[in-house]
Amino acid sequence: MYNQKVLEAFAHPQNVGEIENPDGEGTVGNATCGDIMRITLRIENDVITDAKFQTFGCAAAIATSSTATQMVIGMTVDEALKLTNARVVEELEGLPPQKIHCSVLAEEAIKKAIEDYRAKKEGKTTDKTKVDYV
Amino acid sequence: MKVYADCAATTPCDKKVVEAMSPYFTEQFGNADSQHYYGRETAKAVADAREAVADIIGCKPNELYFTGSGTESDNWALKGAALHRRDKGNHVIISSIEHHAVLVAAEWLENNGFEVTRLPVDGTGLVHAEDLEKAIDDRTTIVSVMYANNEVGTIQPVRELAEIAHRHGALFHTDCVQAIPYMNIDVKDLGADLITISGHKFYGPKGVGALYIRNGVKIDKLVCGGGQERAQRGGTTNTPAVVGMARALQLSREDLDKNNAYIASLRDHFERRVEAEIPYIRQNGNKNHRVPSISNYSFEFVEGEGILMLLDFNGIAVSSGSACSSGSLDPSHVLLAMGVPIEVSHGSIRFSFGKHNTIEEVDYIVDKLKETISRLREMSPLFDLKKGGTYNV
Repeated sequence: MYNQKVLEAFAHPQNVGEIENPDGEGTVGNATCGDIMRITLRIENDVITDAKFQTFGCAAAIATSSTATQMVIGMTVDEALKLTNARVVEELEGLPPQKIHCSVLAEEAIKKAIEDYRAKKEGKTTDKTKVDYV
Repeated sequence: MKVYADCAATTPCDKKVVEAMSPYFTEQFGNADSQHYYGRETAKAVADAREAVADIIGCKPNELYFTGSGTESDNWALKGAALHRRDKGNHVIISSIEHHAVLVAAEWLENNGFEVTRLPVDGTGLVHAEDLEKAIDDRTTIVSVMYANNEVGTIQPVRELAEIAHRHGALFHTDCVQAIPYMNIDVKDLGADLITISGHKFYGPKGVGALYIRNGVKIDKLVCGGGQERAQRGGTTNTPAVVGMARALQLSREDLDKNNAYIASLRDHFERRVEAEIPYIRQNGNKNHRVPSISNYSFEFVEGEGILMLLDFNGIAVSSGSACSSGSLDPSHVLLAMGVPIEVSHGSIRFSFGKHNTIEEVDYIVDKLKETISRLREMSPLFDLKKGGTYNV
């Protein structure tokens, strides 16, 4: 049911893990199916220089996590905020219809990590253990 | 290496079964209802098959009706009984861990004015007689509880449940699809009025099943058509399939105890290794009341589809109770009914062994399973947080 590109991304995911003392981090959960994704970012001068993920979820969730982290590395935070799940799915050359919702998680996790980065810059503290369900 | 450990889904057709079926595709192709030579030859083969199956389950040949699948038999039993007996009442009882064939047929009844009670199960997947006692009343027309569950293998106390049903004037149906490959089924012993079997779980062909209807029990028809199956189930008899199912059932009885012991030894070896070598797991099922083939585990912090696919990359075929692999997004209703937390049910895998499996294959599965689980756990934020001890889903 998955295309070759998705299978490849699932079988050999990139950027697995977490960045120590990240500049931004976000954990989001999928209310539809219970998947959870955590993304950590290294950001220098508003440019994402590294991104890592940890995902509890199906093959589609893992594939989209991997692809989304690859896509945002090198982007400015403003560019990364505009990254949609549709773009990630496009990059993977499509997902089965019932798996489209899995790709939303990556978009939301990146958004949340960037919000965390901006909050930190403003000197605010954020709750690291909180999972926002989308 | 390719390892098939999904025997609860289906089994390969035994070569002897294929041999028995083969003539009925080509030379003896007649329609069993035709009056000429071709028809008579075929009708005899169908009658022999019916007699063979009836003999094994201890019923009369005229109590056995061939169908197109276990699913059809389940639908027929449940809907047919409820519809035929609606003058008595509109209440139907099933267990909450039935196969979808019963579960969805019951939903259909619900949408058509019937009231359905779903019996709870305990943490091991066992239905308790007192819950049936509480749920049943004089409006109940049929009670349906499977003999062995297809996801976790738990064997239900059907004899006891049938007695309770009968005391209240209700019929009792049991889906024996997962039980018959491993257990002797005797209709008198079980006390059921309606019994579903299917051909392909004991090395027989797919696309064929049967429903036992105890003589004297009346239910409505489901498939209307010609006069086949004593005018109770229309459709030209699938001669090769019924011949194959009968042959497969006969073969399965020949070495039943020996095969059961062998399959159980494989399973026990598997479980010993899994429990010793993989942390954070939960076994789903009942160790004292179960078929020998099925072993179901939840692997915490990871998701079943990923496990299934990584095992598949290594040539290992198993099933997942995970929501994500089913397309429906609903976690396994069986595991939820057993009280398995949703996030744990996501990481559930059913391994179902058969007589063709070897100890080397089982070792290969465990080796690859260990790799797979640790690889997915490395990716899982839950496992990481578990280690840190700060996280609570």
